[in-house]
Amino acid sequence: MIWFSALVLIPLVAVVVTAIDGGWTVFWNTITNGQTMSAIKLTVFTAAGVTLVNVIMGPLIAWVLVRDRFWGKSVLEVMIDIPFALPTIVAGLVLLSLYGNADSPLGIDIANERPAVFLAFLFVTLPFVVRMVQPVLEELELDVEEAAASLGASRMTTFRRIILPSLTPAIAAGAALSFARGVSEYGSLVLLSGNLPFKTEVTSVRILSSIENDNVAAAAAVATVLLAISLAVIVLLDVLQRRVAARG
Amino acid sequence: MADTLMPEIVEAPPVEERRRAPRVGRTPTTYVLRFVATAYLFLLVAWPVSLVVTRTFDGGFASIQSLLEDPDTVVALQLSAYVAFFSVLINTLFGVGISLLLVRQQFPGKRVLNALLDIPLSVSPIVVGLALVLVYSGRNGWFGSALSSIGFQVIFSTPGIIMATTFVALPLMIREIVPVLEEIGIEQEQAAQSLGANAMQRFWRITLPSIKWGIVYGVVLTLARSLGEFGAVKVVSGNVLGQTRTATLVVEEKYLNFDQQGAYATAFLLAMVSVACIVVVAIIRPKNHA
Repeated sequence: MIWFSALVLIPLVAVVVTAIDGGWTVFWNTITNGQTMSAIKLTVFTAAGVTLVNVIMGPLIAWVLVRDRFWGKSVLEVMIDIPFALPTIVAGLVLLSLYGNADSPLGIDIANERPAVFLAFLFVTLPFVVRMVQPVLEELELDVEEAAASLGASRMTTFRRIILPSLTPAIAAGAALSFARGVSEYGSLVLLSGNLPFKTEVTSVRILSSIENDNVAAAAAVATVLLAISLAVIVLLDVLQRRVAARG
Repeated sequence: MADTLMPEIVEAPPVEERRRAPRVGRTPTTYVLRFVATAYLFLLVAWPVSLVVTRTFDGGFASIQSLLEDPDTVVALQLSAYVAFFSVLINTLFGVGISLLLVRQQFPGKRVLNALLDIPLSVSPIVVGLALVLVYSGRNGWFGSALSSIGFQVIFSTPGIIMATTFVALPLMIREIVPVLEEIGIEQEQAAQSLGANAMQRFWRITLPSIKWGIVYGVVLTLARSLGEFGAVKVVSGNVLGQTRTATLVVEEKYLNFDQQGAYATAFLLAMVSVACIVVVAIIRPKNHA
């Protein structure tokens, strides 16, 4: 307990205390500063967009991994975990080599553009929804689907009325995680996005530049916003997990 | 999240076969879904990763070789390994401790602690770095001035890097062990106790062997995460060449200095380790279930 507080709790409390040290108006002014605001907006909107893509692609991939069987499937399984294990800076470099290079084989160069931020988020958040949905899907009883089918339900109806409701908590939990991860992402963006103010600068980068300019108060203020977001996500997750457990 | 691989079913029993029959029934939708999923993963993961590999070996093994001859890079790699070792060690000890506490004890605030443990996963590494700097910085941190007056510097030196790395990798071990502990229950321990085993014996001979695999996965995941930590380390380390520069910082440095070959080569080394880690997990996990 003491260990946990020394390492995690006290430092985090220090951030919040430093942030509100200067009073509410200072805090508010820092947050609403043009450059910071645009960074926060970019981060939140991009993370939301990426989460939306994950909500669609995640269950789809999980479905293919669980229900389908074909040669090379286990390779796909490993590929899902790569973004999680790969150092973020390497992730940035990896994406840069295909999508942000003058000699990219695809002829796409989005380095230092906004889509690059989107792409980086997409990469690092890939495993979350898939890994949340997969175990639930594995445990789902086929009998129920068969019963529905035998009662004349079309595939679409079966999916919408039987499968989707049981997956919803898992999808929501995965979405919350991937949103949190997206908002807090830093490493993969350093090389990929170029960190141009008002354009591709995300919140984490904004905090770092405040630290480097020795403006700790401003850094702490912005950090508090991020902390609030992650806390909200954690609370949401806790509630969702309880609901999943209750369904048991 | 790293829940991996269903065990490949080699020979399904007849009953199973009948039960699974509708699953194998292939409609055009099956193929479309399969194609979409594969293409998506290929474009997002496989192709970019493979490009890094080919770029590294553009000039044969020369780039790796020159990398290993550069003393600064070697020091950085050693530092990364050193830091990863200690953060794995710390996280293993405390991970087991906290997991036991969470599963076996009832205390007020348990639910809060449980939720707070996920913070390191969802907080930005930059915020982690900032938080540690605020508390442990030698100049004006809460504890930092006291610590530096006794000659112990945390920020801009190795202990800070270890702390930051430990922080971000903290939940991985716990999240692996807790479900295992919950599943095995306490009957065996009670039996051992009734036979006169003391707490130490119960832990070493009953509890530890049963959570062994959980710990192994935890160690592997923590290792991968620790080696790869970048943001938090960047803030607390000060990035001093040859002293507090870790391998991930080398990648950034080299890339920004237009040494693309070097950057790709270092990235390749790091990627190798992390891919090796997840492959190891993927291979040992199914055996455990069987």
